Amino acid sequence: MSLLEFSHVSFTRENRALVNDLSLSIEAGDFLSIVGPSGSGKSTLLRLCCHLISPTEGTIRFHGQDLMRFNPMELRKQISYCFQMPYLFGDTVRNNLEYPFSLRNKPVDPDRLEELFAAFQMSTSNLEKEIQHLSGGEKQRIALMRSIVFQPEILLLDEVTSALDVANTQIVEKVIEALNQAGITILWITHNPEQSRKYANKILTIDTGEIRSLEAIR
Amino acid sequence: MNGSAAIQTSSLLIASSLVLVTLFFSYWQKLKLEKETLISVIRAVIQLIAVGYVLNYVFGVKNPLFTTFLLLFMTFNAAYNAAKRGRTIRHGLAISFFSILIGALVTLTVLLLSKTIRYEPYQMIPIGGMIISNAMVALGLCYKQLTADFKTKREEVETKLALGADIHASSIDIIRDSIKTGMLPTIDSAKTLGIVSLPGMMTGLILAGASPLEAIKYQLMVTFMLLSTTAIASFIACSLAYRGFFNARKQVK
Repeated sequence: MSLLEFSHVSFTRENRALVNDLSLSIEAGDFLSIVGPSGSGKSTLLRLCCHLISPTEGTIRFHGQDLMRFNPMELRKQISYCFQMPYLFGDTVRNNLEYPFSLRNKPVDPDRLEELFAAFQMSTSNLEKEIQHLSGGEKQRIALMRSIVFQPEILLLDEVTSALDVANTQIVEKVIEALNQAGITILWITHNPEQSRKYANKILTIDTGEIRSLEAIR
Repeated sequence: MNGSAAIQTSSLLIASSLVLVTLFFSYWQKLKLEKETLISVIRAVIQLIAVGYVLNYVFGVKNPLFTTFLLLFMTFNAAYNAAKRGRTIRHGLAISFFSILIGALVTLTVLLLSKTIRYEPYQMIPIGGMIISNAMVALGLCYKQLTADFKTKREEVETKLALGADIHASSIDIIRDSIKTGMLPTIDSAKTLGIVSLPGMMTGLILAGASPLEAIKYQLMVTFMLLSTTAIASFIACSLAYRGFFNARKQVK
C-alpha cells in the first residue's frame, strides 16, 4: 500500500483546472522533487496533500484511507506543509516555535528546540528575537523549524530555498536530507534541477496541472 | 420636568430658517446639494412627527407583551440592516439577531434589576432603541473587518491550519481585530464625553430643564449600557460569524 495515493484527482477553480486527472503513488521514505513552470499546479498539488483544499474530482488516500475521512487537524499534523513565503506570527521566534506544542497541549521541550537550532546552525538566543528583525533567510529557517518541531510523516516543501543564499540553502538541504534519511517522506517543489538530482529519488514534472513525466533516479 | 423650556411652534418655525443657510452655501459653492437637503429636511419633519404620534400611542399602551414585541421588532430590523452590511457573512441575519438580542437582554436585565429603569414603554423603548442601534452599527463594522481580514490575512490563517490548528485558533487574531473594530467607536466616544462633545441625550435633558448633574447621571447610564451591549454583541457576532469563512473540512473558502 502506498503512503499517499492520488487517483484521477482534479482540482478546478473558477472553471480553470489547476490539477487535471492526476494519478500518482508516493511510497513511504520517498524524496519526490516536483518541477514544472510557474502556474503548472505544483503548489495546488501540495495543498491537496495536506488537505488545505479538497479535490473537485478523484480521491487522495493516505495509508489507504480517503483523506476526506481523516480529521483535518490531525491529518495536517502528519502531513506538514512549509509555504514558499514564510509567514511568522506573534511577536517573537519563541511564539512560533512554541505554537506546535500548544496545539498539542504539550509542555515546551527546550531540548528539542535546542536540537533544531543546532541543526539549522542558529543560536538559541534567536528565540527571543522579534520577527520583524529577522532576515528573509532566517524567517524561512524558523518557518521550517516550526513545521518539524514534531516530526511529520510527510513534509511538503514549497520552494523553501528559493529566497536563500548559497550558505543558507546548504544548511536547509542538509536538514531535509537528514529528515528523509530518518524516514520522513519529502515532497519538494524546486526550480533547481541540480538540487532535484542530488537529493530526490523521484522527479515529477507537471505542466498545466497534468503529469508530464515521473522519473525514478535512484 | 421642572423649569422645562418648552419650544413654541413659532420659535421652531423661525429656527427652520437655518436650513436656508445650508441651501445658500450649497447654491453659492455649487455643491448641488439643494435638492437633497430639502428632501432630507422634509423627510426628517415627516418622520419625526409620525414617530412622535407613534410614540405617544406606544407609551400609552402599558402592556409589557406589546413592549417586548416592539423591542424584538427593533432587534430584527437592526439585525436585518447589520446583515446587509455583511453580505459575505453566512447566516448573517440569524447571527446578528442573536448577538443583538443577547447584548440588549443582558444590558436591559442589569438596568432593570438595579432599578435604574422600569419595564415601562416610555423607558424601555428609547433605551432599547439606543442600545440596539448602537449594536447594529458595531456589527456592521465587525463584519466589514472580518471580511477584509479573511481576504488579506488568508496566508496567516492557512499557515496555522497547515500546522494543525483548529479554525478558531487559526482565526483568533482576526476575530479579536474585528471585535475591537466594532467596539472602538463606542469606547472612543466614551473617552471624549464632555471634552469633545456634550452628547445629545444630555444636551436634550439640560435644554428641557434638568440639572446638569441629573443629566450626567443619565448620560453615564447610557454610556455604560452602550459599552456593554456593543461588547457583548460584537463578541458573539464575531465568534459565530468567522465559521462561515471555512467549510466543513476546515479549509478557508
